[in-house]
Amino acid sequence: METTATTTTTTAALETSDLTVRFGGHVAVNRVSCRFTPGEVTAIVGPNGAGKTTYFNLISGQIAASEGTVHLDGADITRMPVAERTRLGIGRAFQLTNLFPNLSVLENVRLVIQARRHRGFSLLSIADRQVALIEEAHEVLGAVKLEDQAAQKVTELSHGDQRKLEVALLMALDPRVYMFDEPTAGMSVDEAPVLLDLIAGLKADTGRTILLVEHKMDVIRSLADRIVVLHNGKLAADGAPDEVIASDVVQEAYLGRSAVDA
Amino acid sequence: MLYRALSGDFPRSVVLSVVLLAILVGLAFAPFLFPGTRSLETAARICIFIALVASYDLMLGYGGIVSFAHTVFFGIGAYGVALATANLGRGFDALLIGSLTGAVVAAVLALLVALFSLRVRAIFFAMITLAVASAVAVLVSQLSSITGGEDGLNLLIPRELTPAVKFAEERFLGVRLNGKLLNYYLVFFGSLALFLVLLRVVNSPFGRVLQAIRENDFRAEAIGYRVVIYRTVATCIAAVVASLAGSLFAIWLRYVGPDTTLSLEIMIDILLMVVIGGMGTMYGAVIGATLFVIAQNYLQNLMGAASEMTAAVPLLPHLLNPDRWLLWLGVLFVLSVYFFPTGVVGRLRGRA
Ligand SMILES: Nc1ncnc2c1ncn2[C@@H]1O[C@H](COP(=O)(O)OP(=O)(O)OP(=O)(O)O)[C@@H](O)[C@H]1O
Ligand SMILES: [Mg+2]
Repeated sequence: METTATTTTTTAALETSDLTVRFGGHVAVNRVSCRFTPGEVTAIVGPNGAGKTTYFNLISGQIAASEGTVHLDGADITRMPVAERTRLGIGRAFQLTNLFPNLSVLENVRLVIQARRHRGFSLLSIADRQVALIEEAHEVLGAVKLEDQAAQKVTELSHGDQRKLEVALLMALDPRVYMFDEPTAGMSVDEAPVLLDLIAGLKADTGRTILLVEHKMDVIRSLADRIVVLHNGKLAADGAPDEVIASDVVQEAYLGRSAVDA
Repeated sequence: MLYRALSGDFPRSVVLSVVLLAILVGLAFAPFLFPGTRSLETAARICIFIALVASYDLMLGYGGIVSFAHTVFFGIGAYGVALATANLGRGFDALLIGSLTGAVVAAVLALLVALFSLRVRAIFFAMITLAVASAVAVLVSQLSSITGGEDGLNLLIPRELTPAVKFAEERFLGVRLNGKLLNYYLVFFGSLALFLVLLRVVNSPFGRVLQAIRENDFRAEAIGYRVVIYRTVATCIAAVVASLAGSLFAIWLRYVGPDTTLSLEIMIDILLMVVIGGMGTMYGAVIGATLFVIAQNYLQNLMGAASEMTAAVPLLPHLLNPDRWLLWLGVLFVLSVYFFPTGVVGRLRGRA
């Protein structure tokens, strides 16, 4: 089933209204109102320090909003703790790799699956015996091509493989809202496609809302149904990729830099 | 069978397996292998400290929680049985009721401390536990009508657990089959059970979450684990085990006082045992407690002997004077941390 970006009848899975956060005097995210619908990939772009990561932090709860609200399927989650938002279906991969460094690659993924299945309070069973969880973890590792490194410690992985694992944790969570924060940053040209294909695969699966912070224009062109531009914490543009890329604000504020990047 | 008993957490090193097996056999047959009151006292102490240190490691090594109140929970269990026997008489029922009440009180206190402070910051939790530890120590010495103050309390335990009762006239392998022997096996099997339960807990899905929290609490929360709740539960489990170990200790010594359970010195001993053995591995508790308690009990003797043997050499006898045993314990500790930064077990498992 295909859902087009312009369907008016679908309710927004995720919505922010006048979302704002101040750090001292600095307004990092300034009254951002935006709706994200299932089946849609929204690229969030903007120069360094525009507030993209901070906007993600407000949605997934790592930072408390100064003003405004975040709604998921109509329910106000603005004040909800991080773990509860995750349980409701908000998933996040981080810009700065954020893993369990001294555990094995497999264990990193297994922990996520265990969380999703609410098995964490099982005190007297043996974790290594829960074959179903372990198999599922191997499947996720297969999808990001990390199967061969399953037994390694995270600290032994290359940067590119750590980025893959970062995304694998989000895949293992299988949320309704996927938030990718520059997933391919620092990866080599031949490594990145694995992750981009995965994101493209998610798109085919309807019902998922995908937010993607990305600098590379070719990636945005191939994946995004819509582009949201943040600039100095404010929503500077929002629309179909072609329109947004052509608009003055983007030409000035953003693309001057990303042309070099991409 | 062995897999289930050890919860799939094998020593993974030949040397470690041999050492652990030697300790297990040594403790299981201590009354027969090492006759004499003093060595039996040492063996019982090792058993109890293995359980106590393992429970502390559940918090520190697995959960990354620093607490200075572990002796409080140890003390609650010890005073629990002491007060129960004082009020209910010298029966096994009093021991059971005292131990269980102690465990419940310990769990509730741990819950309060944890909920009050774990949601803030780890350092705050450490400070609160330090405050609780000193408050309890003051309270126990002030309420001398109940707790016996600094003098402590003597326990009236069932005769079957004292040397007064003989189960057989003749000796078995040169050992008197009396209540003291039974008491030792209560301590041994009690500690073993507590240890195996902890080993299971750290290898359970719950234990894995604790490790994840220790590694990266921020991400643990982001994948859906309520970090505060997990830390709180770990604190409560550690408190219950410490309390039960305290009950065993009081039953064994037939005495409880601030010096045997509550003192800051014991808290430091626990910390040293965890570090020497290796944090984040239950087997570290076994190695740490065994090495430390033996050193504590026999270093003085050893040094006395060494001092006499080196009497002819200048300076050495002074350095080896038994009164300086604490200094040498310190030296041993510094050396062990220097050479085994991940503890003896970490070194033996080759992850150092
Ligand atoms: N916790 C914080 N405390 C204070 N200032 C912050 C905090 N987090 C972010 N900022 C500031 O908010 C602004 C937005 O930062 P943010 O990381 O969201 O930018 P970004 O768009 O993700 O940039 P990049 O492309 O470099 O990742 C920056 O000026 C940053 O210094
Ligand atoms: Mg960013």
